[in-house]
Amino acid sequence: MNERVVVAPGAIPADSEIADNEVDLAPAIKVRGYWQSVLHRLRYDWMTIGFGLVVLAIVIAAIAAPLIAPFDPYQQSIVGRLKPFGWRGHPWGTDELGRDMMSRLIYGGRISLLMGLAPVLIATVVGGMLGVIGGFAGRVANTAIMRTMDVFYAFPSILLAVAISGAMGGGMINGIISLSLVFTPAMCRVAETATAQVKNLDYIEAARASGASTLTIIRHHVLGNVLGPVFIYASSLVSVSILLASGLSFLGLGVQPPEPDWGLMLSTLRQSLYVDPLGCALPGIAIFVTSICFNLVSDGVRGAMDVRG
Amino acid sequence: MSAAVEMQPYVDPRDRGGAAQPMLIARELQRHFRVKGAGTGAVVRAVDGVSFTLFKGETLGVVGESGCGKSTLARLLLHLVVPDSGELVFDGDAVGERGGVNVADLRRQVQMVFQDSYSSLNPRMPVQDSIAFGPMVNGRSKTEARRIAHEILVKVGLRPDLFGPRYPHELSGGQKQRVNIARALAVGPRMVILDEAVSALDKSVEAQVLNLLRQLKRTLNLTYLFISHDLNVVRYISDRVLVMYLGQVVELGPAAEVFARARHPYTRALLGSRLSMDAGRRIEAPPLVGDPPSPIDPPSGCRFRTRCPHAESVCEARMPTLGHWEDRSSHVAACHMTRPDSGHSLAGSA
Repeated sequence: MNERVVVAPGAIPADSEIADNEVDLAPAIKVRGYWQSVLHRLRYDWMTIGFGLVVLAIVIAAIAAPLIAPFDPYQQSIVGRLKPFGWRGHPWGTDELGRDMMSRLIYGGRISLLMGLAPVLIATVVGGMLGVIGGFAGRVANTAIMRTMDVFYAFPSILLAVAISGAMGGGMINGIISLSLVFTPAMCRVAETATAQVKNLDYIEAARASGASTLTIIRHHVLGNVLGPVFIYASSLVSVSILLASGLSFLGLGVQPPEPDWGLMLSTLRQSLYVDPLGCALPGIAIFVTSICFNLVSDGVRGAMDVRG
Repeated sequence: MSAAVEMQPYVDPRDRGGAAQPMLIARELQRHFRVKGAGTGAVVRAVDGVSFTLFKGETLGVVGESGCGKSTLARLLLHLVVPDSGELVFDGDAVGERGGVNVADLRRQVQMVFQDSYSSLNPRMPVQDSIAFGPMVNGRSKTEARRIAHEILVKVGLRPDLFGPRYPHELSGGQKQRVNIARALAVGPRMVILDEAVSALDKSVEAQVLNLLRQLKRTLNLTYLFISHDLNVVRYISDRVLVMYLGQVVELGPAAEVFARARHPYTRALLGSRLSMDAGRRIEAPPLVGDPPSPIDPPSGCRFRTRCPHAESVCEARMPTLGHWEDRSSHVAACHMTRPDSGHSLAGSA
């Protein structure tokens, strides 16, 4: 070889044996995966951790309700109606039928969390899939999917939820279905936007150039990048879902009595507002605390996930 | 296998046509893009009748201003953009035609390195997985693909244990572009299209990557189509040069020839616009004024005539052709001045 190729420091000649001291001298940084790095950033975010712990406590309390609840949430008492805090061992008093408030609130968390998470989960899967398909497919499929979603978008979410629940009748399952329908278009749009952004990037083209099928490309290169925005949006929807579910129950379209549901409790205790204002406020406080904690945690996670580099 | 074959220094088993068969022949490739929103049927003539031959083992540099169709041409060659018309012959086989080579096979043998090293790597994927993706979709097992990725990383000068598990945002521009090259090579291509592959890098890193490309070409027996707007880079790396203007080839010839004796006024203007290291040699008058005309409605006749200092009526009336080229040493230009019989007053002087 008469032509001496100049190799800058840090690069090894391509055809030479690899020798450790010759190779790129970049400092050996600790390499983290994406989710690892998100967790790493969250570690110093005390706000998010604090509110996350509250959410965790609520979730644990809901799961372990039979172990924690001091009384049977359905046990009524004629004499013990609307009693104040601490009355005969009822830490948070009793409701209008003499049932223990604390137990009902703990059990109510189960339904509220289910109503908060299930519709979001369903909407994420269904809407996310439709969005990725819509984003990746051609103009016709995209138009068909997105314009259908726009029809749902035309209604305010609470109105749509009320309308669907009203048409299908009350009950928890119908409530979940109606809320899923409410969230799916928004989820679909987020996924579609994220997909469309990724779709035209060079690495998708490079993947196609290496002979990958569309399905393989979606699985390996699109989903991972769509997951971030979708996850962030979904986490912010949880609190909305809890609120909407409570609203439905409040209107009598969601969970039916005597199930302990926060929205329903708020609705029935409303009539005792002048007798027992504090007890009346408890379900509202539970809804408020849960949804705001979910919101703040999702905000923190969003911040940790947004950072690049 | 006979003894005669074994004695040969290196024969790529995929080399069907032999050394004399060009790697790639493009004939009258054409791709027009419909203009969105214009109901009049207006089209952008991105690539308009481009023909050239890419010989085995050479580097063909493609130069031209922004928007002249260089990148569209690259995507046409890989069928990432399907040509409207024209013919593509890869190693003697027509691409995408009955009895020829299908697009999937073509893509196993022709790979591309993109300009934007950031958007051409999946930000959510460790680079070793990005590199291993190609072999994996071509039927290798996960561990095998990972092994190939590590081998290629060594070839492009990055330590696999150190750089393999990293994410793109943890790499510098030069390192990312090395990874991009590795990704292209992982499939084991015979030809690599480098679309402005070094343009986004700063000069010192650019030189490193260029040297790397030269080495890889030698060791892996590659053929390059090197697209760039940087004439100095093209001169450094190319054996032959193809000059494009508004979707057409205006000049084609050996790099040394084209750079020393450019025949097309556009090429001369491009060469005149190069910056010099010599402080005494300043560019006094701009070699080219104005923007190229719109590719939606290109000028009649010669497309360069609106900016050409030698434009005459014949340039408006007739479109000059590139003429015939025979082999690697042919030097042709699509200009009336190069044809004695064209009727141009300066004909034959160029």
